[in-house]
Amino acid sequence: MSDPSFDDLITRLGALCREVIAPHSDAVDRDARFPTEAFAALREARFLSVLLPEDVGGMGLRFDQVGRICEVLAGACASTAMIYAMHQIQVACLLHHGLQAPALRAEAERLCREQLLMASATTELGVGGDVRRSKCAVERDGDRYTLHKVAPVISYGEAADIILVTCRANPDAQESDQAIVLVRRQDVTLKPIGEWDTLGFRGTCSLGYDLQASGPAAFVLPTPYADIHARTMHPVAHLMWSALWTGIAGDSVARARAFIRAAARRTPGQLPPGATRLAEVDAAFFSMKSGVQQVFAEYQALLEAHPGQAGFGDFGFSLRVNHLKVQASQQVVDVVGRALLVAGISGYRNDSQYSLGRHLRDAYGAAIMVNNDRILDQSALIEVALRDGWKPMPRGT
Amino acid sequence: MPIDDIRDIVARHARLAGDVAALQPESDLYAAGLTSLTTVHVMLALEDHFDVEFPEELLRRQTFESLQAIADAIESLRT
Repeated sequence: MSDPSFDDLITRLGALCREVIAPHSDAVDRDARFPTEAFAALREARFLSVLLPEDVGGMGLRFDQVGRICEVLAGACASTAMIYAMHQIQVACLLHHGLQAPALRAEAERLCREQLLMASATTELGVGGDVRRSKCAVERDGDRYTLHKVAPVISYGEAADIILVTCRANPDAQESDQAIVLVRRQDVTLKPIGEWDTLGFRGTCSLGYDLQASGPAAFVLPTPYADIHARTMHPVAHLMWSALWTGIAGDSVARARAFIRAAARRTPGQLPPGATRLAEVDAAFFSMKSGVQQVFAEYQALLEAHPGQAGFGDFGFSLRVNHLKVQASQQVVDVVGRALLVAGISGYRNDSQYSLGRHLRDAYGAAIMVNNDRILDQSALIEVALRDGWKPMPRGT
Repeated sequence: MPIDDIRDIVARHARLAGDVAALQPESDLYAAGLTSLTTVHVMLALEDHFDVEFPEELLRRQTFESLQAIADAIESLRT
């Protein structure tokens, strides 16, 4: 569906990518530093509030449109795209589960006005990366909350204006009975634990922190985390990430194509060696994009069918979201690897316009962040329970 | 009454931390410690016990959120 104002937005984003974001991407990667210039430009152009409705001060974009923004950004700088995607996942939680509460709606309005950046503290020391369990608990005392969490990872924690923190809903709650607290920068002390020096996504600065927060109790989201996870966190995270991995793959194919075109110009009337491989990598890229588009469409249809808080938690949909993450995170490595073969030594060099080293390093992060093995284990459970319309046919006699 | 059978199945398969006998029909089983792993085992035991099959539209979190929700689902499958 074509939408002229959205097309304009993407055109403006393309210009930002060429003029500001891509030129700084190598420095962000080399120094493992926050992409300051990219976010100054994105704030200036009001890209941080695009998902929030117009009456709050945003643009009211659909999820697939925000996914398209992540994809375009990833072509220029995957770290910038990852930070932007993670921000939008948190904004989606506020959009779906916060706007009905006056104090949280006011924070959403402030986000639009001041173009605030949101981060998250989901995993915790002692739960082994399982976001559906928490050790720490939010404690309410009158109209204040207090919260202490040791988080092995808070991506771009120091640059964030707001952090959504998962925790047990109260000090007596089970590990799986969780809530989200919206923690403002002025309500939090972050003590860094360790360093961030990784293979890829180096600009996300995903250090661990000891987080101590205290603020108004009205900043505890009214919806239980289980519902937030089913309706928003789980599908939106995997959709936005998959969209940005598509951008890494897309830029790799574009570099491979540019290399082949340059070769074709040098040898008129002849198909350059590697052109067949270009067709092959583009076919793999096509397959990756199709999966992402399918789950975006299903998510949009589910949101429209269930406009309230309830209606999510369908095991079949969760399974397809898991499949998307596992497949897209492997396909991105496959596509970048194939593109590298097409571009040959020019792609292998770090000092060439066809260089694919950073793309390949970033691509390998996809299967690691929320490890695919954990997701496959979760999917395996659903597979045992689910009947997806196929039943084994009876044997002949 | 199936709700007692359901309580029995939950007691055997859900591995809840607290006393299953103390649960109200509307008590939140997830808050009581039901997980995705134990949900699947509860579901398989329910299918065996009541001789029913959960179709895809009932395979959702809400179906297993309380003893009463499970009873309603079983009831809808047996009629």
